[in-house]
Amino acid sequence: MRFLNRSVGRLSRHRRSRLAGLLVMALGLLAMGGLYAAFAPAQAEETTSTDAQVAQGRELFTVNCSTCHGLNGEGIKLTDGDGEDQMGPSLVGVGAAAVDFQIGTGRMPLTQPGQQGPAKQTVFTDEEREAIAAFVATLGPGPAIPNEEDYSTAGMSDEEREKAVVLGGQIFLANCTACHNFDGAGGAMPRGGYAPSIHDTSPKHIYEALLTGPGPMDKFSNGNISSDDKRAVIAYIESIREEPEAGGFGLGAVGPVAEGLFTWLGIAVLVGIATWIAAHTTRTSKKKVEEA
Amino acid sequence: MSHDESNLPVLDAEEPIPNPGLPEHQWRPTDVDEKMARRAERQVAAWFGLSMVCAVLFFVSYFVFAVGDDPSTFLHFRTSNMALGLCMGGAFLFIGIGIIHWARKLMADHEIVELRHPAASSEEDREATVQILQLGLEESGIARRPLIRNTLLGAIGLAGLSPILLLRDLGPLDISVLKHTIWDKGMRVVRDVVGTPIKVADLEVGDLVNAQPAAFFETDEDGEPLVEGAQLQVEKAKASVILLRMDPADNKPGPGRDDWAVDGIVCYSKICTHVGCPISLNERTTHHLLCPCHQSTFDLADAGKVVFGPAARALPQLPLMEDAEGYLVAQRDFTEPVGPSFWERDSQ
Repeated sequence: MRFLNRSVGRLSRHRRSRLAGLLVMALGLLAMGGLYAAFAPAQAEETTSTDAQVAQGRELFTVNCSTCHGLNGEGIKLTDGDGEDQMGPSLVGVGAAAVDFQIGTGRMPLTQPGQQGPAKQTVFTDEEREAIAAFVATLGPGPAIPNEEDYSTAGMSDEEREKAVVLGGQIFLANCTACHNFDGAGGAMPRGGYAPSIHDTSPKHIYEALLTGPGPMDKFSNGNISSDDKRAVIAYIESIREEPEAGGFGLGAVGPVAEGLFTWLGIAVLVGIATWIAAHTTRTSKKKVEEA
Repeated sequence: MSHDESNLPVLDAEEPIPNPGLPEHQWRPTDVDEKMARRAERQVAAWFGLSMVCAVLFFVSYFVFAVGDDPSTFLHFRTSNMALGLCMGGAFLFIGIGIIHWARKLMADHEIVELRHPAASSEEDREATVQILQLGLEESGIARRPLIRNTLLGAIGLAGLSPILLLRDLGPLDISVLKHTIWDKGMRVVRDVVGTPIKVADLEVGDLVNAQPAAFFETDEDGEPLVEGAQLQVEKAKASVILLRMDPADNKPGPGRDDWAVDGIVCYSKICTHVGCPISLNERTTHHLLCPCHQSTFDLADAGKVVFGPAARALPQLPLMEDAEGYLVAQRDFTEPVGPSFWERDSQ
């Protein structure tokens, strides 16, 4: 203790020296540099790979997306006669999740502008998609690509799954059925648009669609429907896919229009069959031989 | 061409064109060939036999295929339902085919002529009926005893009026129930199903929340809901709302509604003003809310005005504010009745 006191005392004698400030600052900088060197390498390496990814993404974006979305993703507006129309919306702040959804489901790039993009075979590799997502994420803060534990229902126990299906079903009925139909078969929207079927959409893409609101769809961000509740909705959608058809052919589960059409066509066919039967009987030119 | 005279109707001498009668009957193969007839007989029996096979399969499939929580499936159908349906359908169909085959091939086959007759009864029948009625009138003496006649008429008249009294119950009703909802000053707007309150910061621009008043999720000390059963359904049918967060620059508040939105979050009744369907088909890009029943479309960025369809009035808006804890609450109840029109409602 005496030694410590003596050395601190000796140091503190110099605390008002003109060089003390500089010395403390130099020591502080050294410490910061040292700490950075100790903790930063892994991050620094990741940043460089992201930089390369963003550069690759920018290149791909310029070639494939900029025609409609603009060179910097700012969107392109067309002035077309009486009204303003969009060639492609601004991508500032849509986040990596939107890119992962739009490209991952094959909706982007569009075959032609102006139409609603149908889901189709994606034209990009996983690596290219991730690069474009990384680039678009740099345009503005937006939802990131969700982690598997956010959307995957694989780890649920039977009891958890049952609870999730019940809760998810109610949330689905309150929020999703208006457009996507009680069975998830989709439906018509104003001006020729449609809400697509979600029968074949992967859990990740369902989650991303809720998060980002693709096309005219509303957003259901995590502040709106929590991440756990989203997973419950996904569990419910998976359960209706597994549910066997109890009533025979569902006719697309689009409701009374298809079923009524089937019934009326069926009645017409039956009337046709009855008419055909009544009009056709085999006749012969032979005469009846009267038995004596 | 020879004619079968027995089939011909009696000729009227005054007919301008002689009745040609029926053409000669053409026999069916089964009528002239005994072998063919026996073959047809076996075919009919085969159809009936097939029907029996189906019926037996129906009984078998009722007991064989699992139903309940873990049903057996075939090509994503429930095997039990499909087998029962196909077997029962087959059983009835094959009886039908057998009977048709029987009738077309083997049952009597000859042409019949039937002439049309006037629809009215004969003169004698009509006179007889009138006489019976006259006799009844005379024997009852109703013309001679006006006391009986008048009291009978009175009795019938009053008895006939009595059901009309019951129509009184159709109205006028207490319509105050149509003019108010459970919303009140300071009541929190909560998420439907889960019942959690909502802060402004929870929502992003473009978020749509299907919401309910917090009152539906409140419980007493024993955990029993305060609003339940039929009352809950009635209140829910009026109080359901949707929250939409849009860019405040997009929102064009109606007159006197400048402080009804919070940071671009607007709240509208979910009940269509046409015939009261619940609506939440919203297009994020246009803020147009479409009713799936009759395609009424409301512009939620323009005070809920009708832009298309049969609805006559704008969607009622619920004025919003933030409470002390920062949760979204109602400023007051709706300023107008929600849902479809009714007689006593003014047209605004």
